[in-house]
Amino acid sequence: MYKTPDGKEIFVLDGHVHFWDGSPENQSNIHGKQFIDCFYAYHTNLSPKEELWAKARFEKYTEDDIYRDLFVDGPDDMAIIQSTYLKDFYKNGFSSIERSTSMARRHPERFIVNGSFDPRDGEKALEYIHYMKETFDIKGVKMYTAEWNGDSKGWALNDPSAYKCFELCDKLGIRNVHVHKGPTIIPLSKDAFSVDDVDYAATDFQNLNWIVEHCGLPRLDDFCWIATQETNVYAGLAVAMPFIHTRPRYFGEVMAELLFWIGEDKILFGSDYAIWTPKWLVEKFWNYQIPEDIAAERGVQLTDAVKEKILGLNAARLYDIDVAAKRAQLAGAPVQIAAE
Amino acid sequence: MTVAPLIAELEFDVWERLEAVTDPELDEPITEMGFVERVTLTGDSRVRIEFRLPTYWCSPNFAFLMAFGIRREVARLPWVKGVEVQLQDHCFGEQVNEGVNSGRAYHEVFAEYCDGADLAEVEAKFLAKAFDRRQESVLSGLLAQGRTPGAITRMRLGELAEVTFGGEEARAQLPRYLSLLAERGLARGPEAPAFVTWEGALVTEAGFADHVQRLRSTRINMEFNGAMCRGLAATRYKEVEIGPEGPTLVDFIQGRVPPREGAAQRA
Repeated sequence: MYKTPDGKEIFVLDGHVHFWDGSPENQSNIHGKQFIDCFYAYHTNLSPKEELWAKARFEKYTEDDIYRDLFVDGPDDMAIIQSTYLKDFYKNGFSSIERSTSMARRHPERFIVNGSFDPRDGEKALEYIHYMKETFDIKGVKMYTAEWNGDSKGWALNDPSAYKCFELCDKLGIRNVHVHKGPTIIPLSKDAFSVDDVDYAATDFQNLNWIVEHCGLPRLDDFCWIATQETNVYAGLAVAMPFIHTRPRYFGEVMAELLFWIGEDKILFGSDYAIWTPKWLVEKFWNYQIPEDIAAERGVQLTDAVKEKILGLNAARLYDIDVAAKRAQLAGAPVQIAAE
Repeated sequence: MTVAPLIAELEFDVWERLEAVTDPELDEPITEMGFVERVTLTGDSRVRIEFRLPTYWCSPNFAFLMAFGIRREVARLPWVKGVEVQLQDHCFGEQVNEGVNSGRAYHEVFAEYCDGADLAEVEAKFLAKAFDRRQESVLSGLLAQGRTPGAITRMRLGELAEVTFGGEEARAQLPRYLSLLAERGLARGPEAPAFVTWEGALVTEAGFADHVQRLRSTRINMEFNGAMCRGLAATRYKEVEIGPEGPTLVDFIQGRVPPREGAAQRA
C-alpha cells in the first residue's frame, strides 16, 4: 500500500513483474546473454542513480529480494508475475510458471502468477493451456510474439494456431491476455512492432481482455487508434513509467495521449520489476502532474482519483480482486522478511 | 599536403555523407544517434564503416535499410573506390553484413528475407511518419509565432521557405520538410500550398485542429522512441559498480568499450 503525503492509503496492484533467471549458468547461447544484457541496458538507462543494481544481482535475484523490493521497501499490495519462457535462449526457461509459483507459495495472498504458451507448438500448446489451468488455476497469460522457436523468429496474435489457443482460453475462463510486442525478426517486409494483430484478436475475442504491455511503445500512435476502437484493449504502463524520472515532460505527453484516447479506466500500472523497482516509480507517479500546456491541449489531468485507478483499481477489476476484502486480509498479515 | 591531414579530411567527407543516412523509425541521422562507431580508410581509397545499434534486438529491417543507406551515401563520394559496411553485435548481423557487402542489388537481398514481398510498404509507412513529424514541428513553430490556423493553411510554399524560426526544432525541421515535399512532388513552385497531407490533400482551416492532434501523436511516439534509443545506445556495455560512494556506471571493459575515435575526431 502506498501512503500519500496527506496520509491516504492507496491500493497498489503491480501489473507487470518478473521472477527471472538470466544468469550465465542458465543461458544456452549468445542470445540468452544478449537478452538479459538488453534488459540491463533498460535498467541502467532509465533508473535514478541510487536505484542501480550490480549486474550479477540483476541477472538472478532471490525470493527474499523480490518480496522485499515489492512489498517491504516497495508499496505494492499485490503483484502479477508474468511468465516468459524463451526456451531457445535459456536452459530452464527465463521465467517459468513453476519457478514463479514456487516462489509465490510463500505469500500466496500477494501474488497472481500468469502462464504463457507458444501457439507454434500446435496441439502441445493446447495441452499446456489445460495443464496450466488445472495445476495453477491461471487467470491470465503473457504472450511474447517475438519469441524464437526453431526456424520461426516471431508470430502474430491473429495466426490461425493462435486463435485455437485463444478459443481454449476463452472456454476455460483465462480472460486476461497480456501482450508484449518485441521486435520480430522476419519477414522483413513487416513492421516488427506492428500492433495491427491486437486489433484483429481483440475484435474476434470480445470476452478476453487484451492488455498491451509497454502501451504499444514503440508504436504508441498506432496503438492509441486501435485501443480507441476496441472496448477490451488496455494499456500497461511498464517501460513508460521510468520516463517519469529521465524525461518527465515526455512522460506527461504519453500519459496525456493515453488518457485522451484510451481513458482512465483502461490504463494499468506496472513496474516491470526487476528492470525497475516500484518504490520510486509509485512515489514519483503520485507526486506527478502533467505539465499544464499539455494537459490543457488534451483536456486531461492525472488527478488523485485517476492515479488510484491506474495504480490498482483497474487491474483489480480485471482479476476479480475485491479491494476492500483484500485490504482487510493484508492488514491481518503485515509484511515481514522471512527468516534467513 | 602531408598524409595525416589528408586522411582526416577524407574521413570528414565520409562523416558528412553519413549525416544523410537516417534511422527510418526515428527520422534522425545515424550520426546524431551515435550509431556509427568507426570510419577507417585504407590506402587504396576504400572505406570501412562500422556501426552498432542500441540493442542486439533492434529491428533487422531497419538495420538493413541503414546498412544500404551507408553504402549508397558513402559510394557517392567521387574518390571512394569501395565501401565495406559492418554492423556489429546484432542478432541478424551476419545476414546484414553479407547482404550489404555482397555487391548485390538492394531488392535482391531483401527478397529472400521477405517471403517474396519487398520492404516498400514498411519504408513508405515510416516515410509518412517522418513527413508528419517534420510538418508538426513547422506548424508548432508557426503557431508559436502567433500565426492563426487560417493564416497558416493559406500559406504558399515560397512564403514558408522565407520564414525564420527562433526555436531550434522548427528551424532544423523546415528544410527537411521542404525537401521531402519536393522529393514526393507534393508541392511544386512557390505558389503551391505549403501544407498538405502525405496523401496530397490540402490542410484546411476547419480541419486544422484535428490534423495537428494527429501529427502530434506521431511526433510524441517518434520522440519517445528516439529518447529510448539514444539512452540505450549510451548505456550499452556499461555496468554498475557499487562503491563506497554508492552506485556508478562504469565502462564495461574486456575489450567491448565502443571505439569512438571517429566521432571524437569529427567533434
